[in-house]
Amino acid sequence: MKDTVLEVRGLSVAFPHRKGETVAISDVSFDLKLGETTCFVGESGSGKSVTARAVLNIVEPAVIKSGAINLVDVAAGQRVELSGLDPDGAEIRAVRGARIAMIFQEPMSSLSPVHTIGQQIIEAILLHQDVTPAEARAKAIDALRAVQIADPEAAIDKYPFEYSGGMRQRAMIAMALGCEPDILIADEPTTALDVTTQAEILKLLKGLQDSRDMAVMFITHDMGVVAEIADHVVVMLHGAVVETGPVDQVFHAPAHAYTRKLLKASMGLDEAPHGRGTPASDEVLIETQGLSLAFPSKKKLLRKLSGGVQALEDVSIALRRGEILGIVGESGSGKTTLARVLMGRFQPQQGRAVYHLRDGGTKDLTDRASFRDGQVYREMRMIFQDPYGSLNPRMTVEQIIGEPLLVGGLLKGAALRKRVGELLERVGLPASAMERYPHAFSGGQRQRIGIARAIALDPRVIIADEATSALDGSIRAQILDLLLDLRDELDLAILFIAHDIGVVRYFCDRVAVMHRGRVVETGPAVQICDAPQAPYTQRLISAVPIPDPRKRHLVA
Amino acid sequence: MTLTTPANSPDTRIGAVSDTPEAPIGEVDPRIDTRHGTESQWQLIRRRFAKHRLAVISLWVLALFVFVALFAGFVAPNDPGDVKARYTYAPPQALHFIDRADDGWAIRPYVYGYSVEIEPEALRRTFVIDEDKKIYLSFFKRSWEYKLFGLIPTDIHLLGPERNRDPFYLFGADRLGRDMFSRLVYGTQISLSVGLVGVIMSLVLGVIIGGAAGYFGGWFDAVTQRAIEFLRSLPTIPLWMGLAAAMPSDWSPLQTYFAITLILSFLGWTELARVVRGRFLALNGEDYVAAARYDGCSHLRVILRHMVPAFTSHIITAASLAVPAMILAETALSFLGLGLQAPVISWGVLLQEAQNIRTLATAPWLLLPGAAIVIAVLAMNFIGDGLRDAADPYAK
Repeated sequence: MKDTVLEVRGLSVAFPHRKGETVAISDVSFDLKLGETTCFVGESGSGKSVTARAVLNIVEPAVIKSGAINLVDVAAGQRVELSGLDPDGAEIRAVRGARIAMIFQEPMSSLSPVHTIGQQIIEAILLHQDVTPAEARAKAIDALRAVQIADPEAAIDKYPFEYSGGMRQRAMIAMALGCEPDILIADEPTTALDVTTQAEILKLLKGLQDSRDMAVMFITHDMGVVAEIADHVVVMLHGAVVETGPVDQVFHAPAHAYTRKLLKASMGLDEAPHGRGTPASDEVLIETQGLSLAFPSKKKLLRKLSGGVQALEDVSIALRRGEILGIVGESGSGKTTLARVLMGRFQPQQGRAVYHLRDGGTKDLTDRASFRDGQVYREMRMIFQDPYGSLNPRMTVEQIIGEPLLVGGLLKGAALRKRVGELLERVGLPASAMERYPHAFSGGQRQRIGIARAIALDPRVIIADEATSALDGSIRAQILDLLLDLRDELDLAILFIAHDIGVVRYFCDRVAVMHRGRVVETGPAVQICDAPQAPYTQRLISAVPIPDPRKRHLVA
Repeated sequence: MTLTTPANSPDTRIGAVSDTPEAPIGEVDPRIDTRHGTESQWQLIRRRFAKHRLAVISLWVLALFVFVALFAGFVAPNDPGDVKARYTYAPPQALHFIDRADDGWAIRPYVYGYSVEIEPEALRRTFVIDEDKKIYLSFFKRSWEYKLFGLIPTDIHLLGPERNRDPFYLFGADRLGRDMFSRLVYGTQISLSVGLVGVIMSLVLGVIIGGAAGYFGGWFDAVTQRAIEFLRSLPTIPLWMGLAAAMPSDWSPLQTYFAITLILSFLGWTELARVVRGRFLALNGEDYVAAARYDGCSHLRVILRHMVPAFTSHIITAASLAVPAMILAETALSFLGLGLQAPVISWGVLLQEAQNIRTLATAPWLLLPGAAIVIAVLAMNFIGDGLRDAADPYAK
């Protein structure tokens, strides 16, 4: 029997405002045990982060309304009640960092850019432990070594910008572990990281937990990560706990409908694919051969020219009519650059890219002049990643969707209104939505508006740059299904840029895997995901968490 | 057309299981105070501005100033240039509305008259308010002639003594017995308009230069940025002195007035150009601007339809904060005797009278134009603050 180190009972937190208050979480109860990982899952706004902050009593401007947070000192047999302490008092500050440490989602913004990594870790150690600065430095080096940062003696004097994203998250963990806490709270620590880096961080956390016998409170929205690392799972919805239990029970015998919905929307590699194995047509719409693009480093006053970045190297892809082609890769692999080349934003130094027009003609996409008459933009449309930034907040939905029709001189007045209404209904929104401004819509609804704008001109190709990665699981699934329907209905070809392998396997017909500007492997989606050939693809696929605790492979 | 194909049977769709659909439309973005989702940008800005109470009060104060400036002749009871040697340094009279007499009271505005005493040692004339002499006032009084808006000749004034020869000095009189209140009213006209005209001129310069620099970038941007940095590094007062000295002394007051506003806006445009350039640069990276290009919009349509509406509110804010700076600059110039010259009346010109400590000791009311400047500048700054907070209702 593991020792319980934290007991939370009936915790409620609310944001007070002039007209009453907004309840953030209500009646949340759970236990954390030494040596166990408890995962908190739920979609954005479900109260996971507020719960974590409430444990540290840092919920301002909200207040803890009721409930008890008992921190147990197992060795001394003492209990401290945290929720009643003054949020600025000395007692709670002695707990934060020392007994309970926290790591955050965004390692860049949670590290100070003007201090070295070492200074930040040493500060945390000096605050809570009675050691000399030299001892603290030795401890910091030990901590960096523990998180497997190479050459910790040198790395300790570097600044956060000299670290990669994964190394920064390791440094954050080193800082959190510097005082050997009993409880580590990790708030989406791997969400901003690439999938292979995520796998390394998860492995590291698990190893540290085993060697130090810590309790880990891990917040995530990714059911795959939960299945990989959790011992216990707490499912949250609208600020309340709807289900809690051991990980195997939650995944294989879920009691609550919301848990089942989360599991169904989690899109692991086991999901039934909906892409077609064979192309619907042999007609090629976009064809690139040997595209290469290097960004020269910027010439700056009084600076020497340093080497540029090779964003694309010898990229050859083909997009056929009615086909969904996935472009997969980690950040910096050149997938977005490829999309921008195809949309005429950048001109490659080498290679060719051709678009075959509906009327049989061709356009050279490497030449800026080909885009001037707008014909390419009428047939090739774009869906953006950020549902908030891609709709002009100062225009109504009618104006946004109608803009391409109006500018192209195709429709105006009542006919335009009617067409916009049809488009809205086609993407699953009521026609009456056209009078509203984008701020009245949720993220998924905005993405539907973006899709309506894209299909307004009856295009042949849609380039979707991470079109679903800003959305929560179940809404992402709805948007993908909408795109599948539209593909069948309008005979669309979709170039789908993504980093989420589960989504690609579910959605795409064929996949091209990119790594450091090169296409390392191309093939049918199912084959790439289930039987990858190239070593990089194998590494990528094996790093994908599988949402089934019985198939753990990352941290075993 | 069918929505599904055999390959995609709907029951295996993961999106299909969601029993709780997405949030209903109208479930609002919590960052934005919206009621129905149909409010335009300007409605959102107005509602946010209305919450800034100090700014709303300041708006009314400014409205009063603008009214006074527009209807200066109507508001001023006396001709601001009318010299009355009898009333040199006459003190301010208090305005009374309730006339108490032995047989009851009546609402009838009046002021008390003066009686003159000679100080025996200094042989100086001093005025004492004489409560036995009541000077009754009447509304919409006809007295001296002026032209409303410089066009319509009339002689109606808001308030004036029933007998035109009686003294009526609400804010006292100056060295030459001219009515400070009327002079202040006319000064409002010049000072506010210098601020507004100066800002409009700098706005035109700033928007064109800053907009071109932001949209086209490249060498033009580099050159204008360095030019702006150079202009902003110049010490302003010596520069103004130099420019004012370069002005021919035989110019009419009107020509000087325009030259002064030109000098002020010559330096004022740099701030606005930076604001506009910054907005252009920021907006160029927005997805919705890229989307507009992909929608087939021309450069002009992208700028006018998609980019300009996003920063008009910012420009209005920057301009509203620039007006008080202009007014202060004009005041400083005129106070130093470099700007506007008599017979033109501005707040700065009026304050020139208050340069002498000894006259200030006998006639402290000569400082009243300073109070007007403080109130006007504060009000405009508060309005600017309120606008700045309300300008971007979509900010995160």
